[in-house]
Amino acid sequence: MPAQAGSRGSGGCRVKVSSIGYVCRDGIRNIWRNKMMSVASISTVAISLFLLGFVWLFITNVDHMVTSVESELEINAYIETSYTRDQGAELSEQISRLPGVATTSFVTKEEALIILNGRFGADANLSDTVGVYNPLPDLIKVKATDPDLVPGLAMRLENTAGIEMVRYGKGMVERLLQTADWVRRAGLLGLLGISVAAIFLISTSIRLTVYSRREEITIMRLVGATNWYIRWPFLVEGLFIGVFGSVMACGILYYGYLGLAKYLTENLYFIPLLSDMEILINMGLNILAYGGLLGLIGSFLSVIRYLRV
Amino acid sequence: MIQFFNVSKIYAGEVKVTALKDVTMNIDKGEFVFLVGPSGAGKSTLTKLIIREEVASSGQVMAEGKNLARMKQWEIPFYRRNIGFVFQDFRLLMTRTVYENVAFAAEAVELTRSQIRQRLPMILEMMGLETKKNAYPHQLSGGQQQRLGIARAMVNNPTMIIADEPTGNLDPETSAEIMQIFQAINRRGTTVLIATHDKAMVDKLRKRVVQLREGFVVRDEKNGGYSPVVWDDRDGSHAGASREPRIGGMQSES
Repeated sequence: MPAQAGSRGSGGCRVKVSSIGYVCRDGIRNIWRNKMMSVASISTVAISLFLLGFVWLFITNVDHMVTSVESELEINAYIETSYTRDQGAELSEQISRLPGVATTSFVTKEEALIILNGRFGADANLSDTVGVYNPLPDLIKVKATDPDLVPGLAMRLENTAGIEMVRYGKGMVERLLQTADWVRRAGLLGLLGISVAAIFLISTSIRLTVYSRREEITIMRLVGATNWYIRWPFLVEGLFIGVFGSVMACGILYYGYLGLAKYLTENLYFIPLLSDMEILINMGLNILAYGGLLGLIGSFLSVIRYLRV
Repeated sequence: MIQFFNVSKIYAGEVKVTALKDVTMNIDKGEFVFLVGPSGAGKSTLTKLIIREEVASSGQVMAEGKNLARMKQWEIPFYRRNIGFVFQDFRLLMTRTVYENVAFAAEAVELTRSQIRQRLPMILEMMGLETKKNAYPHQLSGGQQQRLGIARAMVNNPTMIIADEPTGNLDPETSAEIMQIFQAINRRGTTVLIATHDKAMVDKLRKRVVQLREGFVVRDEKNGGYSPVVWDDRDGSHAGASREPRIGGMQSES
């Protein structure tokens, strides 16, 4: 049949409400008709959306970590051992008046040992190990009003008389942000590639259905089915492939993530994974929308190319 | 109802094929018309122009006073709902039952469920298929399959039925039965246009005959026979020798 190009008329893309049932039924029937191809398309969509979800969760967590690290970011200024307690306390007092300093707290070496002991867990007893000699210096914990001021402040403290050494989470935030950025780039690039593959597979899958239904399409055209009545089942087929793929990806991500979060809280408590439902639901909805979009794009490409009605 | 004014149709391709040349004719509402002529004479092109699957290269095809060439794309499906099309090879959906085949067409023109439930049994009964509604096409005889094809064409209650060689795959007896159905449909006021090679049928029914040859209408005869021969009476018996043909020495072929 010679194609009549540009068949988009003012009839719009509507079908009668009473026909929505037929259209959806035909769409699902189409998926069933090419089981193997549908499974391939659905899996590809699932993989690409799994990647999207993975990147999403990773970045959300890194962002969260950066924020919490930043809020805890403080400078440890170790006091020269020649200083007495009173001199140390005096120094702490002076530092607290510097611009950019929020609070200071003076930690004696005995307190520092207890804190350190606590970090190693209840089993360890450092006091016993080190005996009466405590090698730790007294220190001043300095909190800045703004994380950005930390490097400058640290430099200043280093040059202050009475401070032997300054330590802070130098580069940690930067490293976290860099990692997040890298994952974001690599993930999005991968996502783009797999999305293209998913669209291609969906479009091929729809093309096969168009081919296997060509007899029906001929009949529909001759009895006077509107273009959109003929097209919609194929778009619905694509949409469903996308949605099935998303649901699969969501399932894997949901159980995978919760499993990981549980494992980390039990074994690596210092990596706090976000586990509130809001993030997961938000991600799920986005994945669902993206999956549906992939399906529609894939089927639309086939419908306009191979279904000139 | 359908009017052709100096219609020519040229298929442009590597080789230009002129399928219809300067055709002017009129099909009135309620008519029964046979379209005859050898393969390649332009019969199919003529039917395709009527259902607006093709557009005339020159001249005008009018339906109910509307120029089909100016019809907008989105209007075409709604126009086609007035025309039922019957194929030589039936074009049934083999994986669907008799009922589903007809329902498929009904759904395609977006009839509601209640309309379908109401109309289908009626049509199947009219075509004598009510007892076969759950059978699959391959379980039907050729005649039954074509009746199913007609049932499908009738589902939207069209004002015109176009059949392309509807008896081409059927034996004479079954063909006669199919022709009776077309006559019955015609008696209800539906216009019927049948493109055919079935000489016996055309000669027997004595309906209007439009004969095409190489794209030209070479004969348009009321109560005509398949070939331009002289008949001495109306009972269908052949007088014998062909006398003066109206236009040229037409060869019948079948």
